[in-house]
Amino acid sequence: MLSIDKIDVFYRELQALWEVSLEVNEGEIIALIGPNGAGKTTTLNTISGLLKPAKGDINFLGKAIGKEPVNKIVELGISQVPESGKIFAGMSVYENLELGAFVPKARKEKKQSLERVYEIFPRLSERQNQQAGTLSGGERQMLAIGRALMSKPRLLMLDEPSFGLAPILVEQMFAMIEKINQQGVTILLVEQNIQLALDLAHRAYLLENGRIVGQGTAKDLLSFESVRSSYLG
Amino acid sequence: MLGQILVFGILVGALYGLVALGLSLVFGVTKILNVAHGELVMLGGYASFWAFSQLGLDPYLTIIISFVSLFLIGAFLYRLIFSRTVKLPEETKIKNTLLVAFGLSIILQNLALRFWSADERGITASYLGTAFTVLGIRFPVVRLANLAVAVFFLVALQLFLRKTYTGKAIRATVQNWEAASLMGINIHKVYLISFAIGAALAGVAGTLVAVNYSIQPSMGLTWTLKALIVMVLGGLGSIPGTLVGGLILGVTESTTSYFISSNYREVAGLVLFLLVLIFRPQGLFGVKEG
Repeated sequence: MLSIDKIDVFYRELQALWEVSLEVNEGEIIALIGPNGAGKTTTLNTISGLLKPAKGDINFLGKAIGKEPVNKIVELGISQVPESGKIFAGMSVYENLELGAFVPKARKEKKQSLERVYEIFPRLSERQNQQAGTLSGGERQMLAIGRALMSKPRLLMLDEPSFGLAPILVEQMFAMIEKINQQGVTILLVEQNIQLALDLAHRAYLLENGRIVGQGTAKDLLSFESVRSSYLG
Repeated sequence: MLGQILVFGILVGALYGLVALGLSLVFGVTKILNVAHGELVMLGGYASFWAFSQLGLDPYLTIIISFVSLFLIGAFLYRLIFSRTVKLPEETKIKNTLLVAFGLSIILQNLALRFWSADERGITASYLGTAFTVLGIRFPVVRLANLAVAVFFLVALQLFLRKTYTGKAIRATVQNWEAASLMGINIHKVYLISFAIGAALAGVAGTLVAVNYSIQPSMGLTWTLKALIVMVLGGLGSIPGTLVGGLILGVTESTTSYFISSNYREVAGLVLFLLVLIFRPQGLFGVKEG
């Protein structure tokens, strides 16, 4: 479904990714793990089109998307939930969701998408007229995911969905992610909570200092010292 | 007499609010402090003046012309100049846009001088002298129109920002441009549209200035200054606050003229500006950040 082939990404002169390659198949949950500053968010932002790779290719559903603008990539079916949600705090829950369906293709099917999001997160439907800034941490994360689902993505990318949540909420959040996946949405998950990520994901990639240094199932990745220490620690 | 002074202050203040509305929108969305805003008011005034004297349009119908032409000029200026500065980090952006806009204001002034000479011009509406009298207070029609036009554009802007997808995209960009761009919103288009609307509002204000007072190439700075005072009074980013800020400045000026001297009118506005900056830097209606 998504295949990234040896991309290099720069912030001006500063190189952040070196020959990063990864593969996501339809229906999978893939985790991208690694320490802070390894380039996980950079990878997601490059797939989303916020950053352009200097070298290498990104293909989604057989189309090269490395040079496409964000709105085209959203229309093709990739949606990203940014780190810590980044909801529009001064707008209502409903308006936040509406903006999730900003691209023309999604706008036409706003109603159905909204029903679906409310079905997954009934809490959001109760609070639809409330200002998003007044929501609790867990609700904000739900809203961020709901907003991303409004564009009817085939691939949903989540950047640290557990960030700042209480342990019990994190478990609920991961159960929801699994449920969304079972409804047919492929998931690419960035997590610092390696234990949780490896429990949930079918496969994972380990990113360190801008390079992919390992990949495979949870078991395969446990052979890495850095993974083992954080998994057991 | 006091009633008359208050009414005059409010009717003039509505115009101040309208001048500040465009500046405030542009600053709120793009973080460009466009000190050439007054020059855009000047251009709007000339657009109306020519439409009035050459085409013989009703002064208030020329608002359409000043709005549309300044919208286009705003879009052009943004593309040509300001689009290059918005990519900078916020602090450098504000400093650089200040310098650029100062330069632009001098260029626009001199172009106007070159094309239209330094003569003062004004639109003399046939109903200029008409006024209603209620409870002994005079309400001149052209001053009342200030309030009507200002309220109309304020409400229209508010509806645009709240009800349309483009408006919502603008608000979303203000709140979190990163998330907004992830939604597929083209941030540069949002900036372009906001800047153009801000310029168009300046153009409309220019029409009112041409009807109420007179226009000339060097008039810009006065209006930029008034808009800045009103913007700070009302609080950044608050649209209704901008109108109220304008009314407060208008009333302050009119009472100062009456009780002290009209020479101190401008001073009173600046004193008010300093007091607000000292005691309530977020503006009267602004929300404290953080």
